[in-house]
Amino acid sequence: MAVYLFYLIVFPGLLFSAVTGAFLSWFDRKITARVQFRKGPPLLQPFYDFFKLLLVKETILPKKGSPMMFLLAPVLAVAGAALASVFILLPLFNISSGFKGDLIVIFYLLTIPSFSYIIGSLASGNPLAAVGGSREMKLIMSYESTFLLFLAGIIVKASGNFNLYSVISIQQNTTPFIGSVSGILLFIVGIFCIQAKLGLVPFDMAEAETEITEGTFIEYSGPPYAMIKLAKYIMLFILPSFLAALLLNGFTLKGINILWAVLKIAGVVLLLTLIRNTNPRLKIKQAVSFFMIWMNLLAVIAIILAYLGY
Amino acid sequence: MDEPAGRNCNNSCLPGILNSYKVSFKNFCFKKSLWVFHFGGASCNNCDIEILDCLTPRYDLERFGILLVGSIRHADVLLVNGSINMRDRDRLLEIYEQAPKPILVVAIGACGCTGGIFAEGNTFAGPVDKIIPVNAYIPGCPPKPEAIIAGIVKLVKSV
Repeated sequence: MAVYLFYLIVFPGLLFSAVTGAFLSWFDRKITARVQFRKGPPLLQPFYDFFKLLLVKETILPKKGSPMMFLLAPVLAVAGAALASVFILLPLFNISSGFKGDLIVIFYLLTIPSFSYIIGSLASGNPLAAVGGSREMKLIMSYESTFLLFLAGIIVKASGNFNLYSVISIQQNTTPFIGSVSGILLFIVGIFCIQAKLGLVPFDMAEAETEITEGTFIEYSGPPYAMIKLAKYIMLFILPSFLAALLLNGFTLKGINILWAVLKIAGVVLLLTLIRNTNPRLKIKQAVSFFMIWMNLLAVIAIILAYLGY
Repeated sequence: MDEPAGRNCNNSCLPGILNSYKVSFKNFCFKKSLWVFHFGGASCNNCDIEILDCLTPRYDLERFGILLVGSIRHADVLLVNGSINMRDRDRLLEIYEQAPKPILVVAIGACGCTGGIFAEGNTFAGPVDKIIPVNAYIPGCPPKPEAIIAGIVKLVKSV
């Protein structure tokens, strides 16, 4: 029991993934600044932001809304992200072998933060937050089917294994899945799904700052907003490591391989940041057709290729 | 009975020291991440452009952790510029009340600080500090980005 609590709260759950995610968030902001020829924030900036929101600022509850759901939603988001981080990172760090079908559990857990953002935004009673919430819902409906097809492609490539640990060990015994045509197609699909799951720029219509003034999060202030930031930090770490586990051979934590593991995560985050900095925000209609038509098509082609063995 | 230990001791006993560390940690974090919300009154847009300049590559206020946010609920600093007329006054008051405390208010430009050339206008509702408490004034018509950064640095030091 104590071991499971340790897994959930310290390593590799809440604390570890939050700290790593905060550093990755700094990395993301620093790269953004360098792309725009700026200098960028200091290394500990995400921690300053988090502790300022948590300790200094006041919490304001909306008058015309449901305060209970409004305060519960950020906690749910953190809980979902922390649970997902445990299920993803335990097989990745070779601590436990997971269980049969944990890919499906991870798929469900990864949707919890987005759903709790919707709940929180609708509970705040703000019309702009309602617009943001409905956009987030449309976005979820479009990218989740693509993400499921992406996972189906991985399962076909792993010859029917639903277990994250065996997906990693199959890659480590043979070749990484990305070293084939279908693997490259799946990587493209996966990167765009992660971009939408993280709400980064081409797909950030739910929290568009200039247009609907932060949309889903407009009414959040103080500690609840700090919780949302925490959930975002955790997601920024676990989604790239999920991609690394599914396609890029996972981690081997021995000697020089630790450096490779760090570089894999940093490389995926770098790719996400570059996509974010070179693209404008899409309209929700464009995002839906992008996932529903093009990304689904790509994923289906990848599944067929994987089935034929390419 | 005397008073229980740990109360009413400033920096001499352990709870007092811990409390002072807590306060200084809070202040440090607040100082290091000021998020700015921009309220433009009846501005001629010159100050707006100069404020935008501070966030561009040449001056880059993100070095100090300063970000421009879209919602007043996330703000730590309320930047007010432009002359505040009768209609803006209600909005400014409402925005100020919606902000989570502690909030710092900065009046930018001649119009925000004193009223400038609009000070004797019919619809002028007073400089910003007649409506809400102001923590820092940055005069100029418009102030240069360097002046805005100097004002922000003084504000950060005064926190």
